[in-house]
Amino acid sequence: MNIMSPPPRKLGRIHVPAVTLAHGGGGKAMKDLIDDVFVSAFATDTPRALEDQARFDLAALAAHGDRLAFTTDSFVVDPLFFPGGDIGKLAVFGTVNDLAVGGAKPLYLSCAVVIEEGLKIEELRRVAQSMAAAARRAGVTIVTGDTKVVQRGACDKLFITTTGVGVIPAGVELAIGGIRPGDGILVNGLLGDHGAAILAARGDLALETEIESDCAPLHGLIDAVLKAAPATRTIRDATRGGIATVLNEMAEASGVAIEIDEAATPLREEVRGFCEILGLDPLYLANEGKIVLAVPPAEIQAALAAMRAHPLGACAMLVGHAHAGEQGRVTIQTAFGGKRIVDMLVGEQLPRIC
Amino acid sequence: MKFADEFRDRDKAAALVREIEKLCDGIETTRHRPLNIMEVCGGHTHSIFRYGLEGMLPPAIELVHGPGCPVCVLPMGRVDDCVAIAEQPGVIFTTFGDAMRVLGSRKSLMQAKADGADVRMVYSPMDALALARKNPGREVVFFGLGFETTMPSTALTVLQAEADGIENFSVFCNHITIVPTIKAILDSPDLHLDGFLGPGHVSMVIGTAPYEFIASFYRRPMVVAGFEPLDVLQSIWMILKQISEGRAEIENQYTRIVPKAGNDPALAAVAKVYELREFFEWRGLGSIDHSGVRVRDEYARFDAERKFSVPNIKIADPKSCQCGEVLKGVLKPWQCKVFGTLCTPETPLGALMVSPEGACAAYYQYGGVKRQAHNEAATAVS
Repeated sequence: MNIMSPPPRKLGRIHVPAVTLAHGGGGKAMKDLIDDVFVSAFATDTPRALEDQARFDLAALAAHGDRLAFTTDSFVVDPLFFPGGDIGKLAVFGTVNDLAVGGAKPLYLSCAVVIEEGLKIEELRRVAQSMAAAARRAGVTIVTGDTKVVQRGACDKLFITTTGVGVIPAGVELAIGGIRPGDGILVNGLLGDHGAAILAARGDLALETEIESDCAPLHGLIDAVLKAAPATRTIRDATRGGIATVLNEMAEASGVAIEIDEAATPLREEVRGFCEILGLDPLYLANEGKIVLAVPPAEIQAALAAMRAHPLGACAMLVGHAHAGEQGRVTIQTAFGGKRIVDMLVGEQLPRIC
Repeated sequence: MKFADEFRDRDKAAALVREIEKLCDGIETTRHRPLNIMEVCGGHTHSIFRYGLEGMLPPAIELVHGPGCPVCVLPMGRVDDCVAIAEQPGVIFTTFGDAMRVLGSRKSLMQAKADGADVRMVYSPMDALALARKNPGREVVFFGLGFETTMPSTALTVLQAEADGIENFSVFCNHITIVPTIKAILDSPDLHLDGFLGPGHVSMVIGTAPYEFIASFYRRPMVVAGFEPLDVLQSIWMILKQISEGRAEIENQYTRIVPKAGNDPALAAVAKVYELREFFEWRGLGSIDHSGVRVRDEYARFDAERKFSVPNIKIADPKSCQCGEVLKGVLKPWQCKVFGTLCTPETPLGALMVSPEGACAAYYQYGGVKRQAHNEAATAVS
């Protein structure tokens, strides 16, 4: 990565149990925190003096494809640790997936953290180590970062922003405006796990569930789908706002209508029950390991087969089709035999009174 | 999902719809006009939209979405009072989630929270009481809202607070009662209803006897209905059966939940803590006699209305808003002159656009299917 490597150096160590404003002061305390928590977790080779920026060899990047993909995302989640993941894992996979759904090979990430004073060093270390493990699993390197500490109350424990760089191979042309009537709408598995897991983990619902976040890196799966179904029109990850939001974005961008079939929509029984009790609609629940794909008719079966052969696509389903109805309109054929519109949410879903 | 999927069976639904069509064909009225059936409860409105029931029913049946969404019928002035209480120093204001978005004349509770008020969403009044226990130095107020369905739980919470000697807890009581409101609707001259789907959850508390006047005096059939889609369809079938046989009775489809006599302990708790107000203001419908309750004098120290000074100012509904007509079934939501233009779920002008149980919000969010068919038919005719 760095073209001219400075000599190796010894990493600083931190000796206090919690982050204080001193760790954001730019002095030795900050350097020790960064070294001990982040550099030691993220380093892929011998630690050396840090530059203010990561540097990339353009020719090496160009070997992966012909376009650079660049994306950023901020992560704020309460609680920081939840069944199936934590904010660190989310921050890595979220940005990896934002690159991957464009067909890019994810390569490098940055990591900027805003820490509320008082956060336990051990918690921060767990998050950094989780980010490092996630990066290794996703095959990306965290190459630069930033640390800020703010007063108690100015942020909620820890906010992380990751920015990602990847390269799109020549010939991969995914575009959200490219969906045509007749295209199949596919998902790679059970919906709503992440949203339900987070709501349950907050603990104020007094509901006990075993639902875990589906947080996972999807570029391997996407790679497999694109090999099997190269004419795939577009792929989106169904994060905040759930598949309902993605479908609306797709229908609007492509000027088509989309109809999905409730009976074909894969949902875990626990998530169905969870939504039932709280009066929530699982179509709007967040996912962190689910994609929605639009695939031309001739390649639907190939795309499904490729996904089902991958560990992150075992429950893949064809959930509906695009058609030439009212542009931008998304409808669902209910399992009961009726039909209704699936619109964008106005704000967040709020539980109903009775 | 056990105990839910059984009530969502597609084949049984299709069979019921066929039976409903047969009954409709035999009812003379349907040759001149559709039959207007009002679902009183917002929970039914929600089920009707969620499962797409309107589109499954024959055109001879019009569902009229009634006033049973407690969030929707809350007048602006009461929301202003909530905000005023929430903004007092030291107060933790607790509320059910969907009341957060309702606009007062100045702001909603959600905006008050953004401006610094300590407004928290809870799932039960007991959660609010627990907060009071945990924060002895703060005043915890629960926004008591809803029909007889939620009344017992706030009443019992007040009784619990008394038993535990908790003094920093109070209820801002906006509970309303359904029966006087149904009567007011039936007395409305510009309205023709052929039957009612009765509110299942309210009836679980009050039983079915309080509705008898609907059958005996107004000669309209009512079927107390459950909330699963097959419940709703079967109840519509039962109403049509009554109409076709020239009967007007109060029947109970929701027998697995609703006892004829209601729930005695729940009613006792309500009677102990609350008494009828002379009148209560409803958004869109105006003032209705004996349609709300307040906390009795014996429990005054748990009454936020007495504990805090609130502006208590009556705010008139916006002039362009036609919620009243929609609530009474005179207008369909999309026939209102501001529907989808000045009034949307993002900027709700009228109450019915606020909660997902509100008829206008439900149409806006889920509804267009039947409206689309309606508009296409109108175009074809012209």
